[in-house]
Amino acid sequence: MTYKYYKHARLLTAGLTVLLLSSCATKQQSLYYWGDFQTQQYAYFKNEKGTEDSIQRLEKIREDAKANGKPVPPGLQAHLGMLYGQAGQTDKFERHLEAEKQQFPECTSYLDFLLKKNQKSKATP
Amino acid sequence: MKINYPVTLRLAALAAATTIIGGCATTRQQYDYTAFKEARPASILVLPPINNSPDVNGTYSMMSQVTQPLAESGYYVFPVTLVDETFKQNGLTSPNDIHDVPVKKLREIFGADAALYINIKDYGTKYIVISSETRVTAAAKIVDLRTGKTLWSGAATASSAEGDSGGGGLAGVLIKAVVKQVLETSLEQGHVIAGHTSNRLLSAARPNGILYGPRSSQHQKEGVQTK
Repeated sequence: MTYKYYKHARLLTAGLTVLLLSSCATKQQSLYYWGDFQTQQYAYFKNEKGTEDSIQRLEKIREDAKANGKPVPPGLQAHLGMLYGQAGQTDKFERHLEAEKQQFPECTSYLDFLLKKNQKSKATP
Repeated sequence: MKINYPVTLRLAALAAATTIIGGCATTRQQYDYTAFKEARPASILVLPPINNSPDVNGTYSMMSQVTQPLAESGYYVFPVTLVDETFKQNGLTSPNDIHDVPVKKLREIFGADAALYINIKDYGTKYIVISSETRVTAAAKIVDLRTGKTLWSGAATASSAEGDSGGGGLAGVLIKAVVKQVLETSLEQGHVIAGHTSNRLLSAARPNGILYGPRSSQHQKEGVQTK
C-alpha cells in the first residue's frame, strides 16, 4: 500500500515536472547558422568593408554552417552572389543566385528578374 | 483499489496545476489574427525603414537586423541588400517614397507574399546630465501584397537603461551583454540595441507578435500550445 502510493506520487511529480518545463520553455533550436551575416549586411550598407574582404567572411559563414550541419539563412547566398558580381565574377553571381533559388524557391521570380537583367547587361557591353 | 492520497499531496498537485495554467498566461488583449490566418504569407519583403530619429544610421542598422527574427520564425526573407539595390536602380532612394510604392508593383517585381513596413521612432544615444541612454523604438506592420490587407502591426523598444531600475535580473543581463558586444565587435551601441528591438518586434511566440511561418515546425500550431 505505501509502496503503491509512493509510486503514484513519483509518477505524478515526474509528469508535472515535464509539463512545467515544456509549457514555458518554447526556446527552440535555431533553423539556420547565422555567423555574423547580419553584421556583414550592415557593413555593406555602410560601405565599410571591401568586396574581397566581405566575400571571404561570407564564405567562412558558409563553411561554418556546413561544419555545424545547418543551412545558411535566407539571403546569404544571394548577397554573396551580388558581391561576386560586383567583383566582376558574373559566373559566380549566377551560380549563387541559382543556389539561393534552389534553397528557397520563394525568391524565384525576383532572382529570375535579376538574372535576366544581368544577361541583358552582358549582351550590351 | 482506491488509494487515498494525503491532503498535502493533493494540495501540492493543485498548486502545481495552477502554476502551470497561470504561469505563461499574460492578461492582455489578444491580437486579432483573422486576416493573418487567412493570408498565411510564406515570404516577407523588408522595405527600408522610415527613420524618424536624428541618427542617420537608423534605417540601415534596423534593416540589417530584421532578417534573423523573421527567418527564425519560419519566413523566407528577401535579401535586404539586393532589395535595396533594386530600389536604388529604380530611382527610389528614400524610405518614404518606397513605402508609397503600390503593393501591386512590389508584388510584380519581387513576387513576395507580404511586405514589412517599419517606422523607427527612437534610434541612438541621449546624454542626460551624467548618464546616457541608448534606445531604439520601432513600429512595424506586415501588409499582404496580394490583397493590400494589413495582417499584423506591433511596436517594440529596447534600451541600455533597462537594468537601472530593476536591480539586475533579466534586464541587467541584457545591458551587460550589450556592453560586452560593443566592446568585442566595435559596433555602435545603437546597432546592438536595434538587434534587441527587432527580436522583440518580429519574433513569433511573443505576446501579440507575428505568427510562425511555413518553415517553422510551429507553423499553424498557434492556439494548440496555449491550451
